[in-house]
Amino acid sequence: MNFFLLSLIKAAVVAFVLLTTLAYLQWVERKVIAHIQVRIGPSRVGPHGLMQPLADVIKLITKEDLIPPYVNKFLYLAAPFFAITMALLSISVIPFGGPIHIFGDNTWMQLADLNIGVLFILAVSSVSVYGIALAGWASNNKYSLMGGLRSSAQMISYELPLSMAVAAPLLLANTLSLRHIVERQSGYYLSFIPRWSVFQTPMPQIFSFVIFLIAAFAETNRIPFDLPEAENELVAGYHTEYSSMKFAAFFMAEYSNMVTVCSMTTTLFLGGWLPLWPASRGSNFVPSIVFLLAGAIALYHGLHPARRRDGFTLPVVAVVFFVLAAVFLIPALQGALLPLFWFAAKTGTLLFFFIWIRGTLPRFRYDQLMAFAWKFMFPVAVLNLLVTGLVVALSS
Amino acid sequence: MSGVPLSWYLILSAVLFALGVAGFLLRRNVITVFMSIELMLNAVNLSFITFSYQWKQVNGHIFSFFVMVVAAAEAAVGLAIILTVFKNRSTLNIDDISSMKN
Amino acid sequence: MDVILFLIFAAIAVICGFNVVVQSHPISSAISLIGVMGSLAVLYLLLGAEFLAAAQVIVYAGAIMVLFVFVIMLLNAGAEIRHGRSLIAQVLGIPLLFAFLGLMLYFVQHMFPGAAEVRFGGFKHGTALDVGRALFTQYLLPFEVVSVLILIAILGAVVLAQKEME
Repeated sequence: MNFFLLSLIKAAVVAFVLLTTLAYLQWVERKVIAHIQVRIGPSRVGPHGLMQPLADVIKLITKEDLIPPYVNKFLYLAAPFFAITMALLSISVIPFGGPIHIFGDNTWMQLADLNIGVLFILAVSSVSVYGIALAGWASNNKYSLMGGLRSSAQMISYELPLSMAVAAPLLLANTLSLRHIVERQSGYYLSFIPRWSVFQTPMPQIFSFVIFLIAAFAETNRIPFDLPEAENELVAGYHTEYSSMKFAAFFMAEYSNMVTVCSMTTTLFLGGWLPLWPASRGSNFVPSIVFLLAGAIALYHGLHPARRRDGFTLPVVAVVFFVLAAVFLIPALQGALLPLFWFAAKTGTLLFFFIWIRGTLPRFRYDQLMAFAWKFMFPVAVLNLLVTGLVVALSS
Repeated sequence: MSGVPLSWYLILSAVLFALGVAGFLLRRNVITVFMSIELMLNAVNLSFITFSYQWKQVNGHIFSFFVMVVAAAEAAVGLAIILTVFKNRSTLNIDDISSMKN
Repeated sequence: MDVILFLIFAAIAVICGFNVVVQSHPISSAISLIGVMGSLAVLYLLLGAEFLAAAQVIVYAGAIMVLFVFVIMLLNAGAEIRHGRSLIAQVLGIPLLFAFLGLMLYFVQHMFPGAAEVRFGGFKHGTALDVGRALFTQYLLPFEVVSVLILIAILGAVVLAQKEME
């Protein structure tokens, strides 16, 4: 098939899946944080609140789109556009799965494999600082300006430990292309320990993993590093003067950054779309078993419902899960679905970890945050890179 | 599929450099003058990389890399100096920062 | 395809460069300069310099210009006030400028007659591997010297920008 047509189809599929994921990630976050705080969360709009993201979108679209008269119009309109564009752009180099064969063409489950893939993601995250800085400036409001500057300063401070933590597994993988990084993590030690970067000899990248995750929390402005954002729950922040869809654009950009960062962690450290143990030992049945278990639990709770409505919705959920379990057993689809399942499982676990931390930890004060970046994270990241380099050089 | 003649890249580099010189000479705001210097450095980078393509060697890229690093160091120190001058003189107009003249 | 891409991004670069010089508020000049650097990064990709294109965006557009934007926002000095525009300079200067530019273009075109045409993929040795190899073998001394230079610049910036001790 024509290369352009194929790329267009892939881009459309990825965009659709990503935007749906962003909307339902917000639902998942609200439900998980609610259950951490021993309450229910959204439960009125649709069964179990599943229509809540749709209601939110309708609310945001129909709100009055106010442009205050005292703002710098061009920058005010450009800033959310910038933020969301950069956030969605970085998904285009992430490998979601292995090679597949569709419509008579061999292609990969990845939009574009650049041979500077890692640098592309670092570049896009460097430029996405502007969305926030310009939003703060354009609002012509002292509090927005200070919030925007603080947030940008936080993001560029944590970019340094992030880049150093990214450089360490690159020493093991010897390539900048994300597809090849995942391929270098294939294979198993002792035929059951996967050769992911966190487990790879000569130097397991556990410290890099931890440093990358902490820096990622700061890059995406998530708790415990979200003081520049929490200000707007209290006083003001960089998106005070924004309403309706432009405000939604900033939130979508934050969730999209979260998804990107979790996908990067999976690709660099956790072996991307590779399974946890070899297919020869039965890892092909894991998705089916997981969905069967989930369906069984849903069915059990459906038969003893806590609320009357659950007696109807939970068995429907159980049936959906059983169908999915059956789909994962079809050999023709397994080549495409299994890598996707493993990638989604790992990224989903990391996203759940992000949400879990949000419900658990308090936030840092701004000077504590900056001191943590420059006086602790950066030296530790440099030391980690030096030790990794030394071990790799001595062992080869 | 025809390519782009090499001289077009050099012409673009020359035009950008000329714009940088014009900004450097004509503007009064010290930050804009500084940004014109960065524009000149970028034009020179483009010209280095073009010649690196012509001779099919990677040395032009290395020169460009060093120019970028020096520009970063210069921007950091220069902006710190501008901040200090602003603290003392409260103006960013280079015509007004002339107390050492005559 | 190469020609179209070059023309588009060269036009963006020239327009943004002109904007840098012409705009009265420094923040608009800064945004235009970011546009110049972005389009130059694309032109570097067309010339086969993929590592340099990424470095241009990460270092120049993503760090140096952020520094500029921060300083402009912090100082908040406002737009520049123009005064004393001579009419003769505009009437004579602008046509002469175009004439000079045309002359320069003619000479540059003649200096490189029938020279190589730049095709995307014509130069495959601009990868991180090649740049790194040259940087750490042939250009090792400048590399080390430049890292000392960065250290000096960091120290200088910290000393110059800190609050005065009472």
